[in-house]
Amino acid sequence: MLGFLDKSRTIAPAGYSRWLIPPAALCVHLCIGQAYAYSVFNIPLSKLIGIGAKAPGGAWDLHKLIAVPSAPDDWTLAQLGWIFSLGIFFLGVSAALLGRWVEEGGPRRAMFTAALCWAAGFLLSALGVYVHNIWLIYIGYGVIGGFGLGIGYISPVSTLIKWFPDRPGMATGMAIMGFGGGAFIASPLSVWLMGKFTTQTHVGVAETFIVMGLIYLCFMMIGAWLVKIPAPGWKPEGFVAPPAHPLITTNHVYVYQALKTPQFWLIWWVLCLNVTAGIGVLGQASAMSQEMFPGHITAIAASGLVGLMSLFNMGGRFAWASTSDFIGRKNTYFVFFALGTVLYAIVPTSGAIGSVPLFVICFLIIISMYGGGFSTVPAYLKDMFGTRYVGAIHGLLLTAWSMAGIFGPVLVNYIRAYNIAHGIPKAQAYNNTMYIMAVLLVIGFFCNFFIKAVNSRHHMTADEAEQMI
Amino acid sequence: MSNGLKLVLAWGLVGIPLAWGVIETAINAAKLFQ
Repeated sequence: MLGFLDKSRTIAPAGYSRWLIPPAALCVHLCIGQAYAYSVFNIPLSKLIGIGAKAPGGAWDLHKLIAVPSAPDDWTLAQLGWIFSLGIFFLGVSAALLGRWVEEGGPRRAMFTAALCWAAGFLLSALGVYVHNIWLIYIGYGVIGGFGLGIGYISPVSTLIKWFPDRPGMATGMAIMGFGGGAFIASPLSVWLMGKFTTQTHVGVAETFIVMGLIYLCFMMIGAWLVKIPAPGWKPEGFVAPPAHPLITTNHVYVYQALKTPQFWLIWWVLCLNVTAGIGVLGQASAMSQEMFPGHITAIAASGLVGLMSLFNMGGRFAWASTSDFIGRKNTYFVFFALGTVLYAIVPTSGAIGSVPLFVICFLIIISMYGGGFSTVPAYLKDMFGTRYVGAIHGLLLTAWSMAGIFGPVLVNYIRAYNIAHGIPKAQAYNNTMYIMAVLLVIGFFCNFFIKAVNSRHHMTADEAEQMI
Repeated sequence: MSNGLKLVLAWGLVGIPLAWGVIETAINAAKLFQ
């Protein structure tokens, strides 16, 4: 059985269509993209005992947490918030630590492992809900599921790049678009399932976790079965290697050698700054739009804006990464940083003149470039470091995402709170933050500007590269 | 199974749920314009 997972068993036979690889990758990314929709469980999880309303108590108390099976208190939103944070933290940890293991073992073993971790995370969380022990959910969804997230996220990257040497941006863009789109499926599915399992005396979260875990297991296993790597030396029919370009290498850099290059750290900052700018507004878009346009944007309209932004986040992942195949990776990031700087600087003006359409257009373009930053970076790494360890290097780079996940929301929330505490009206409380974001993007522009080709002393020799296949 | 049939099934498997999710989200996003 385990031989099925061996890299040598995943080499595609002659005539295998490369267009089967994007759906294989999407089987994984659409499932793990559920993470973005985890918040739909927060309110139901906070009413497991009180059912219709939250049972009193539930303060953050270690003794209560350990003794929860018999505790009468429902969990607080602060306690529940840690589940998602742990999941994203272990996504970064596992992607960074296990990238080489993923790369050397091939995509099938990685997808299979990701499927087991992701499904096990849901099933253990269901047990945690059933016995009302939040530690089981922390370990289940947060730690084990987080490993599934990290391994699953990087598992198809290098395979897609090898199958689509003519369109690496488009290929990885499709998979990473799936991560953005996973929430679209998970959110209504979760609500529908909870509706089916909830009664007047019972909140159906545990059953929903079990069903979703099993659905995801099946989907991801189909992806693991479908995925194949191209035979050595395979090229798409009619493929002509593009003329040599100083910023596109034909050599390979070993995963840990990449850490010693300035290019890795410049791209790390490029990703971190681009994500910081986007993630800060993504999480606060609803509140920000209502506070900047009181009376014009209602809570319902704000939820519509959030939905529209998530569509642009997903669409941007595919559109920008595909565009990068034509205009180049470096130029694509120049567009993100230059256009992003202008748009962030315009946002306060849109509030001052009361122009909702201008505000919405700015945010939609900003969020499309946030998504585009994620999906274009694997191809940027491939251009710099070659294809051999691109998945593993991508895993290391995802630590930039973890950092941005802290920087972005902190910048937006704390500066807003500081401004309001100092008497600035709510409608103008975000202005400083927007200008700070614009400055961050200017810094990102210069980080991108300084990216040059990797020095040849970092390249693997032909023999080393051959041995690593 | 032929490559063509595999392609239809594989893309249908991921495309149909994704299209459903996008439509649900688009309906929600329409609230912005109401």
